[in-house]
Amino acid sequence: MSATFYVAGAVAIASTAMVISRRDAVHALLYLVVSFLSLATVFLTLGAPFIAALEVILYAGAIVVLFVFVVTMLNPGSQETQWRRPRAWIGPSILTLVLAGELVVVMARGEAPQTGGAVTTPREAGLALFGPYLLGVEAASMLLLAGLVGAFHLGRKT
Amino acid sequence: MQDLLWLVPGLPLLGFLVLSLAGGRLSRPAMAAVGTGSVGASAMVATLVALGFHEPFRQVLWEWMRVGEFAPTIGFRLDALSLVMILVITWVGFLIHAYSCAFMAGDAGYRRFFAIMNLFVAAMLTLVLADNLLFLYLGWEGVGLCSYLLIGFWYQDPANGRAARKAFIVTRVGDTAFAIGLFFLIAQVGTLDIEEAMTRAGSISAATAAALLLGGAVGKSAQIPLQVWLPDAMAGPTPVSALIHAATMVTAGVYLIARTQALFALAPVVQTMVAVIGAATLLLGGIGALAQRDIKRVLAYSTMSQIGLMFLALGLGAWPAAIFHFMTHAFFKALLFLAAGSVTLSLHHEHDIFRMGGLWKSLPISFATFLIGAASLSGMPFVTAGFFSKESILGSAWERGVGWWSVALVGVLLTSLYIFRVVFIVFFGEAKTSVAPRRDVLLTLPMVALAILALVGGWIPIPVGVFEPHVGVASVVSMAGIVIAWSLRAPLAFPGVDFDGLYERAFVRPFLRLANAVGRDPADAVSFGPAWAAATAHRLASATQTGSLRWYAAGIVFGGVVLLAVVLWW
Amino acid sequence: MISTTHGLILAAVLFALGLTGLLARRDVIFVLMSIEIMMNAAGLAFVVAGARWGRPDGQVMFLFILATAAAEVSVGLALILALFRRARTLDVDAANRMRG
Repeated sequence: MSATFYVAGAVAIASTAMVISRRDAVHALLYLVVSFLSLATVFLTLGAPFIAALEVILYAGAIVVLFVFVVTMLNPGSQETQWRRPRAWIGPSILTLVLAGELVVVMARGEAPQTGGAVTTPREAGLALFGPYLLGVEAASMLLLAGLVGAFHLGRKT
Repeated sequence: MQDLLWLVPGLPLLGFLVLSLAGGRLSRPAMAAVGTGSVGASAMVATLVALGFHEPFRQVLWEWMRVGEFAPTIGFRLDALSLVMILVITWVGFLIHAYSCAFMAGDAGYRRFFAIMNLFVAAMLTLVLADNLLFLYLGWEGVGLCSYLLIGFWYQDPANGRAARKAFIVTRVGDTAFAIGLFFLIAQVGTLDIEEAMTRAGSISAATAAALLLGGAVGKSAQIPLQVWLPDAMAGPTPVSALIHAATMVTAGVYLIARTQALFALAPVVQTMVAVIGAATLLLGGIGALAQRDIKRVLAYSTMSQIGLMFLALGLGAWPAAIFHFMTHAFFKALLFLAAGSVTLSLHHEHDIFRMGGLWKSLPISFATFLIGAASLSGMPFVTAGFFSKESILGSAWERGVGWWSVALVGVLLTSLYIFRVVFIVFFGEAKTSVAPRRDVLLTLPMVALAILALVGGWIPIPVGVFEPHVGVASVVSMAGIVIAWSLRAPLAFPGVDFDGLYERAFVRPFLRLANAVGRDPADAVSFGPAWAAATAHRLASATQTGSLRWYAAGIVFGGVVLLAVVLWW
Repeated sequence: MISTTHGLILAAVLFALGLTGLLARRDVIFVLMSIEIMMNAAGLAFVVAGARWGRPDGQVMFLFILATAAAEVSVGLALILALFRRARTLDVDAANRMRG
């Protein structure tokens, strides 16, 4: 179980690094799919099969498809070659390294208990969702409606 | 008759009031009639008063103010000195006004011109008639104001405004000395009444008072070291120059010293200083006039030089001779200016003498009158007025020592040299410009009248003294000057003393620097500090608003990093 | 049996990687992808925390994040289309003026 977690985690990190460093948007999207799938594996090892399925269906499926639509519509080519200078990576990398270091320190300071290994079934998740979190679900549906209307409005060819 | 004395300055003042308050409704001929008529009527009244003049008298209109013992009046005093002054001022002023009717015809500021000219004459008459020094000072400042307004008459050209400011500021230096002199006299003598102050002056330190009054006289009369404003004052219209140089303004200093002669007599050092200043200005003005190209500037330096001659006479104690020369100078200098004005008017306002030439044929009246003026200025024997007055000054200089006499003689030589040089360059030789003669009886008549005065003015009996003319060395020297002038018709250039540049460096720039230093007052930091802090904070805050998304994101991340660090290690 | 700390560190590293992409890339599509990565990492942290206590709440939170991400990506991609139509570029730095 834990070996799977570490391997999947390593794959996730490596593919994410590839995502942000690719020049071509389509290559980056393929690595993004890999990243999402490996994260789905991580979710399985954490005992969350429902979330793993959603990760595959929604992230690796729906959202990436949306990206692919946009990329094919715009066909932006590789405009960024002329923008991309190695120097541009220095500042952000330092900043995020410091942040990551701080986060790691925060994590390492706390006690390190093991996860239970118990699987949370979709049934339990669904009961929680439509029980105590009903209001949140309604709010999320409103948000999605707003996103739908907004995307429709902005995407119109006027 | 004597009771009419107040009308002499009153009528030009009335003319000024009518023109400035109700003049907008008058037609242009009516403006000219009011402007010229008021001075003309004033001249008539002055003549009537002169005919009935037997002995000095006072006419007090009312008490101006009373502050303790100090009670200056609005009052006039007429004696031989002021009688000569008012006759010259009103008559020469009247002729210049009449000339202006034609000269200024077509100018947009016709009404303004006559209004200020009238005020100018009124102020000058107040100056010479005042029975106390405070009232005299009122006229003194009025003259300064009017000269400022008239020199900058064509104010649309910034250069003219600069010339006017220069004249005002430079004479102000002298005026300040004069004002301090008045305070000093009040403190010492307790009165500003001229007669009383003169009789009581023996008890005080006359030298200080005389030196301060001399400062005022030097400023107004454009003597060294305050002579720099006079050449620039040529920026005004030609009749204004004629008025300033002949009848008003520059002669105020001569009058002041002659009027307070008793005070100067008590301070021999100051009196010698007057003579030295006069002699230096006489020579400097004469040399300066040789180097000029502008016909009006030649005349300006000439005036400086001639006033220097009057100062020399005053300094030698010969004030009747100085006043006599003032009178003849008023005639021929006004004549020279009016003749020069008629020349420039016919040459489309060309002022450069080296672009003129051969004008004697095309402008015979201008030529004849200018020649008469020049002859009178150089003091041609017997036939001109200048001869008598110059000889009387030279005579008194001879009595005081051969040194003074030789300085005056050099001045005489320079005078005939520069003026006949102008005559030869302008009126002889070959014609260089197209001439469009302006024939106007109003231009010609005043010139002819002044020409007659410049010829026979020496025979006018004036009540300040009797002068015996005699042909002396001066006449010979003056003739020689004419001969030399014929050979000096080319443009002259020699290094002169750059007074303007000197004063610029010595006074103007240090003053501006000081003003700048004081202007940036350190005490203001208290109030400017918060403003500066707010402005800087604003600049820093607005520098973050680049509009670049990635900078905003970086800002958020940086904030997160700092917050986490604080949480972790505080 | 996975250490909670390791799960959270994985989430932190993924978050930092997404952040780096967000700051360093100028292509707006990559910026949007980086945001997806960061949200995903946040979701992972919730799931790890939920697994620690054996409760479904973490997974519920992940669902909310998922909904937010879906809404965000749809609006974001529509914005990219609008930007490209207006400026003919995908450079975020080109869109640094508020006016228009």
